[in-house]
Amino acid sequence: MEAVVPDKSINIKGLVCPYTFVKAKLAIESMEVGQVLEILLDYEEASRSIPKSMEDHGQKVLKTEKVNDTDWILLIRKERD
Amino acid sequence: MEFTDEQLLRYSRHIILPEVGGKGQAKIASAKVAIVGAGGLGCPVGYYLTAAGVGTIGLIDNDTVEMSNLQRQIAHNVHTIGMPKVESAARTFEALNPDVTVVQIRKRISKDNILDLIKDYDIVVDGSDNFPTRYLVNDACVLARKPLVSGAILRFEGQVTTIVPGEGHCYRCLFEDPPPPGLVPSCQEAGVLGVLPGVIGGLQATEVLKLILGKGDLLKGELLIYNALKTTFRKVKVPKNPNCPVCGENPTITELIDYTEGYCGLH
Repeated sequence: MEAVVPDKSINIKGLVCPYTFVKAKLAIESMEVGQVLEILLDYEEASRSIPKSMEDHGQKVLKTEKVNDTDWILLIRKERD
Repeated sequence: MEFTDEQLLRYSRHIILPEVGGKGQAKIASAKVAIVGAGGLGCPVGYYLTAAGVGTIGLIDNDTVEMSNLQRQIAHNVHTIGMPKVESAARTFEALNPDVTVVQIRKRISKDNILDLIKDYDIVVDGSDNFPTRYLVNDACVLARKPLVSGAILRFEGQVTTIVPGEGHCYRCLFEDPPPPGLVPSCQEAGVLGVLPGVIGGLQATEVLKLILGKGDLLKGELLIYNALKTTFRKVKVPKNPNCPVCGENPTITELIDYTEGYCGLH
């Protein structure tokens, strides 16, 4: 897959639910359709729940990647307001 | 709107909803809602709207708290007996959510003050317990073109309807004139199940939030009737009456009316 350059990045390491999705959702809300959000997190449950919730809300999950022992990076493309 | 960490937590279950989100929560925070009556209906409506983070709540009531209120008026308590209801409720609401500004309006509404009292608010909730007030609030909202969420309770039955002037029916399309004094008993005479205003007030608060958010279907052109004994909800269509005396094509009511003659409890 081609490297996607995110339009916005947020670091939500140290946060747990429900903060994790709330922060991610507010970030997506503030962006334009078509833009890509990068999320850095270290709460394992959120590495599963954020992609699922984003898809439920009609957004596109481009990537879910465990980047080291503790952290995940998600790439979400905004598909709808 | 920038949320504090505390607000992110407080409103997280709202922000997560696709129909609300941060933008919807910001709309709720900037909304101004006037509630007529701080009694059975006004208490739960105000309590839930406070919890939801409605920016400004104007509470209009001229009564003081009595022991006989506490069976259903959940914003008051034994320590506030004798206190103005608006003050008692404001204390309860402020303890729940300090984000909300509660404006205490300790007045009996009349044709001379109502338009001034509601002019700074976006939405009006009727939680009054008598027909003169109900018709006055309806007429004022039609004239001022303010959305009105109207609720009523008696014994085991309650009603809710949402009036959006210019878009649907009004209370007078449903019942053109108030019933004659004494025909319909008051809660004081007939009793009311204490939890009933909780159900009806909860429905009113829901309508208010949907009005603020611009989401979902309102009880516009409809009257919802809840029977607590039978556990039934019934929706009745209420078409706009083209001959309605206040919102019809040729209105005959162009000034507000105080129906006082013969109605008990109003003096």
